Amino acid sequence: MCLAVPMRVIEIPASSGTFGAETAVVEAGGIRREVRLDIVDVLPRIGDYVIVHAGFAIRTLPPEVAEENLRLISEMTGVPIS
Amino acid sequence: MFPSPDLSGFRSRAAIDALVHELSLLVDRPMRFMEVCGTHTMAVARYGLRSLFPPRFELVSGPGCPVCVTAQSHVDAMIRLARIPGVTIATFGDMVRVPGSSGSLAHAMAEGARVEIVYSPTDALHLAREVSPDPVVFLAVGFETTAPAVAATILEAERTGVENLLVHPAHKLMPPALDCIMSGGAAVNGLLCPGHVSAVIGAKAYAPLAEGQGLPCVIGGFEPADILLALTLLARQVREGRSEVENAYPRAVSWEGNKRAREVMEAVFRPEDTEWRGLGVISGSGLTLREGFRDRDARTRFGVHPVPVADPPGCVCGEVLKGVKTPTDCPLFASRCTPQSPVGPCMVSGEGACAAHYLTDGPCHA
Ligand code: SF4
Repeated sequence: MCLAVPMRVIEIPASSGTFGAETAVVEAGGIRREVRLDIVDVLPRIGDYVIVHAGFAIRTLPPEVAEENLRLISEMTGVPIS
Repeated sequence: MFPSPDLSGFRSRAAIDALVHELSLLVDRPMRFMEVCGTHTMAVARYGLRSLFPPRFELVSGPGCPVCVTAQSHVDAMIRLARIPGVTIATFGDMVRVPGSSGSLAHAMAEGARVEIVYSPTDALHLAREVSPDPVVFLAVGFETTAPAVAATILEAERTGVENLLVHPAHKLMPPALDCIMSGGAAVNGLLCPGHVSAVIGAKAYAPLAEGQGLPCVIGGFEPADILLALTLLARQVREGRSEVENAYPRAVSWEGNKRAREVMEAVFRPEDTEWRGLGVISGSGLTLREGFRDRDARTRFGVHPVPVADPPGCVCGEVLKGVKTPTDCPLFASRCTPQSPVGPCMVSGEGACAAHYLTDGPCHA
């Protein structure tokens, strides 16, 4: 049910509603899906990565924190990791 | 435009070796942790992480597989709903094979019940709008990650005037369950907290457990290095006698969580007492529809209410969900209970502890 891998936003169709963008087309590992944006924390832009759960984006990933995560591992273990 | 988040570092040999080494240095006494989330259970099995753990280190599963925690009484009610003529059930695939007191949804299907497997609650909305003029009942199982998605779908149904989409509300809330399990005297030294549930509820949700119950809580992601990092941080807390909330998955989880998702969830649902498999009724741990959405509750519409029943004889799923037993403690494991012919829900879902253990400890690996 829960997709652990972030998916890349490749298209945001023009919105029909009054709430701004409603869906985005995302892709990961060659799989394309349309996901809803109703409950995502921050509206993504094309090229952003999102975490998807049950057809809904729930988090737009800020890339700097991914690096921060790796830095945490390096600090923890004393081994440089990139 | 964001550059690509390169996750290869989280699978690299260097990161994994370094963390396994660090973990082996930290584990100087018996340490037992619980992975709360079913997606962690699957990842631990898939990447074979158990074989990397040092001696005296144990990781047990918790109540984090949505199918597994669904009480037998709810499963039975779902099957009764499926047997009502004209009703179409829309459900995540894992629910279909869970054995009820008599038969499963799959059996009901074979007898003519209409059961559609969906990937998202929006597929159920599509069925209700485009395919079936009759009631479509979505089986709303899952935690704080799924509930906002279901809530958003209900709001969309309201907005677009689709009246025949109903739900069987069986969502579960994680903090009340963890609080209940751990207040009975924790069988573990700390919690590997779920990644994506935490993306919604925020790291702050575990502060009462860490502070009130003295339980180290570390949120972890799903790549091998994410999980090992979280476990290493847990071991370090035990070593240093600390019990804090630490976030080893900051790329997905913030302290506050996803406020927007929580607002959508709270607009549609309110907490209610609900029964968990093996844990009994936990106060305020479920979600029911708010007054304005009551017409969409399949339980009241069809008068199908969960009736308490005993779990399948011999199955110790309940003890497994509490972290008190491991699947291999169950006398039925890999003998009468297999993924092909499951006795309990923990053997059905890929996120279930028994199914995950079957991968690594089943007959093919004996
Ligand atoms: S092995 Fe089967 S019967 Fe035993 S606890 Fe797991 S699901 Fe239940």
